[in-house]
Amino acid sequence: MNLSEEQIERYSRHIILSEVGVEGQERILAGKALIIGLGGLGSPAALYLAAAGVRTIGLVDGDNVELSNLQRQVIHFSPDVGKPKVISAQEKIKAINPDVKVSTYQERVYADNIRDIIKEYDFIIDGTDNFAAKFLINDACVLAAKPFSHGGILRFDGQAMTYKPGEACYRCVFTAPPPKGAVPTCSQAGILGAVAGMLGTIQAAECLRFLIGKGDLLVNRMLIFDALRMKFREVAFKRNPSCPICGKNPSIKELRDEEEPACDLKKKA
Amino acid sequence: MKIKINGREQEVSVTDLSIAGLLKIAKVESAEMVSVQLNGCFVDKADTDKTFVKDSDEVDFLYFMGGGV
Repeated sequence: MNLSEEQIERYSRHIILSEVGVEGQERILAGKALIIGLGGLGSPAALYLAAAGVRTIGLVDGDNVELSNLQRQVIHFSPDVGKPKVISAQEKIKAINPDVKVSTYQERVYADNIRDIIKEYDFIIDGTDNFAAKFLINDACVLAAKPFSHGGILRFDGQAMTYKPGEACYRCVFTAPPPKGAVPTCSQAGILGAVAGMLGTIQAAECLRFLIGKGDLLVNRMLIFDALRMKFREVAFKRNPSCPICGKNPSIKELRDEEEPACDLKKKA
Repeated sequence: MKIKINGREQEVSVTDLSIAGLLKIAKVESAEMVSVQLNGCFVDKADTDKTFVKDSDEVDFLYFMGGGV
């Protein structure tokens, strides 16, 4: 791939980084990323991946933009209320960077469609709002050997980890979804909009560093922050031998839908 | 005994303290909300009252966080 003059100018602040350079930018320009959920996490992630020049960005979401989304879902604007989120996000991505190819999937992920959706992507960003989807994304990525970034947010707190094939997965840490009602949801407990932005941006940075192949991803560790006190910490872990999907005797061998999403107060798309 | 909880050293005066007991002391509202790591290994949810902490152990609580909404 030869960068055009316009591309050299557009991506000059990347190219000037010794860890990125022309080669790293070319890898970004050849990369394919999938964002599942275009809410508080997926919105900033999509904006940064588009600006960075990721070649293909897949967008998965079955919902339409609602007024209460706009406090944090920064890819959607006031005139977008009522519009499918994937269309709203596609329009912004195209306006930021016409080089980017956008594929839209106006649906939720389920056990019977997720395999086909993730198939052609290099890296997956989990920006979903419920545990059923989070566990499904983990299981699908483990079974298909696809790397993905997990992100969770609540009130002023955020957590992120990255799965790479062969390393600890989300189920190594959290074996199964919590019982319904045990964990408050964002719609019940609230979320500071900027916290979603911080975490979605961390997820975008994981994706870009994965594509470039530089630095240490959040693999085998979880980054946890409390934005009320603005403190960050991390917890290291190893693969869990009793993990139900990647452990020694896995009980999960095929994808299945978990029970009713714990964080879902909206109608199903 | 001194144990490290979430990276911070704390003095605990209770003896024969199980993970389940520690969750109560640490005011974790519900054991269902967390995954517990003891010295770098995850503790099975079914074993939290059979697993005991000792001096200089390191315990981490990892909370479920769902919302990307």
